[in-house]
Amino acid sequence: MNPAWSVLLLTSLIGAGQGLFIALVAAQASGRFLQTGLGLSLAFLAAGLLASFFHLGHPERAWRSAAMWRTSWLSREVIVLPAFMALVAAYAWTPSFAVGVLGVVACLALFVCTGMIYACLPFLQEWRSPLTVVNFTLLGCASGLTAAAALAAWLEPAQARPFAAAALVVGALAYLGRLASLVRNARLRPKSTLASAIGVKHPKITQIAQGAMGGSFNTREFFHGRPREVVCAARWALLALVFPVPALLLLAEEPLIAFLAQYAGLLAERWYFFAEAKHPQNLYYQAIS
Amino acid sequence: MTTKQLALVIDLNVCVGCHACVTSCKGWNDAGAAGPLTDQNPYGADPSGTFFNRVQTFEVGEFPHTETVHLPKSCLHCEDPPCVPVCPTGASYKRAEDGIVLVDYDKCIGCKYCSWACPYGAREIDEQQKVMKKCTLCVDRIYDAKLPEAERKPACVLACPTSARLFGDIHDPESEASRAIREQGGYALMPEWGTQPANHYLPRRKTGKRLHPDELERHDNPLKVDGKLPRPSPDDPALDDVTSW
Repeated sequence: MNPAWSVLLLTSLIGAGQGLFIALVAAQASGRFLQTGLGLSLAFLAAGLLASFFHLGHPERAWRSAAMWRTSWLSREVIVLPAFMALVAAYAWTPSFAVGVLGVVACLALFVCTGMIYACLPFLQEWRSPLTVVNFTLLGCASGLTAAAALAAWLEPAQARPFAAAALVVGALAYLGRLASLVRNARLRPKSTLASAIGVKHPKITQIAQGAMGGSFNTREFFHGRPREVVCAARWALLALVFPVPALLLLAEEPLIAFLAQYAGLLAERWYFFAEAKHPQNLYYQAIS
Repeated sequence: MTTKQLALVIDLNVCVGCHACVTSCKGWNDAGAAGPLTDQNPYGADPSGTFFNRVQTFEVGEFPHTETVHLPKSCLHCEDPPCVPVCPTGASYKRAEDGIVLVDYDKCIGCKYCSWACPYGAREIDEQQKVMKKCTLCVDRIYDAKLPEAERKPACVLACPTSARLFGDIHDPESEASRAIREQGGYALMPEWGTQPANHYLPRRKTGKRLHPDELERHDNPLKVDGKLPRPSPDDPALDDVTSW
């Protein structure tokens, strides 16, 4: 798949916003720290929502996408994201236990919706796994906790260390989950082959023409077209920046730099998440002519 | 299962890869209710465009024992279309009355999620109109009562010079399409995903003639080697006083 910046930003930003909200509610933060944190969380969520509009051909019709919540995880996300944002705002207004719990429930539902958008597609075997949902959740929580540590270091120094410790634990779990999915995906066997794609039972089939010389939507949307070195670099960036580097920075009590490094790592992680997914339609687009 | 499922049955044994279905499809649908199908830079160095149907070519086997297979590929109008439930707006739908999978261009937000959910790459976004497009089975043609009955077929079917494309209701066991699937080994693409494509393909077949010995050795004995045949006695009955048995 060709990673789209709008989707990379959407999923990584709302993940950080969600994680930050959970961190604030779990720590029962209060005062200026809570208000700034919720503001930052809302800013992350709003920036993600804004980025998502750039993915649409017709952003002015985006309201329509709430219609098919019975069948579509994308539609469910479209409903849950604004609902969660409203609850974050409500928690800033009245930081009561009930609103906090409702917010956390909506937050977890949003993680599930976002993950299931990818995990529900049977053809993308790299995504078709519970690990997708787990990793979206854990990575979001880890980045949110790192953000909370950075914020606490500024406004509530007493809480900076507990947040950093939590960020280390959740970050380690998220890293393990991501490693597990990397291992799983490296061992995947594609279910579709050229033989099943064109229905000719022969081990040796080569494409001669794909029906267009100058590329098409199918070649642009489903191939990232980057050399293998770039994909390798993204994988190394994700391996280093998602947890090890931020962990060291957290231990060195540099939570803000840790958050920035981790966010860059999450962008690399999301890029690689798309780039490594091989869509079966690619079998029909192996050679131009 | 819908009561009716319109579909194409494409005979790979006779498809010659001429792209007449591609151009006729583009021609009709550019002007039809589903149009336009916009192109980008059509005469430039890097042309691109929206197509409902593309003919792809594959080489099977290793030289010199190769065969060329042309595969016209369009939306297969799956009986269980994975692209429909994922659509957040309901713009993608499968018609109950005839099983055609369609996109409502006025509702589509261009999120491309349905194209991710199609294993065949049958959906293409129109880069100018920014909505998802796909084969409509010429839905604006096949029910058009103003057309003569014989022309109420998809444009690609009418254009095919080798009649490689059959169109019909595959739930009606007596239709030409169903009969072709049943009797000529019709198969679906990527059956492993359980999408149950309505469009079927007829496999390539070895076309040869089987000769029986009696076809090599003619019974009327044209070389006049009369002695090799038992000479009938003049008293034997003859059909026409010429043949010998």
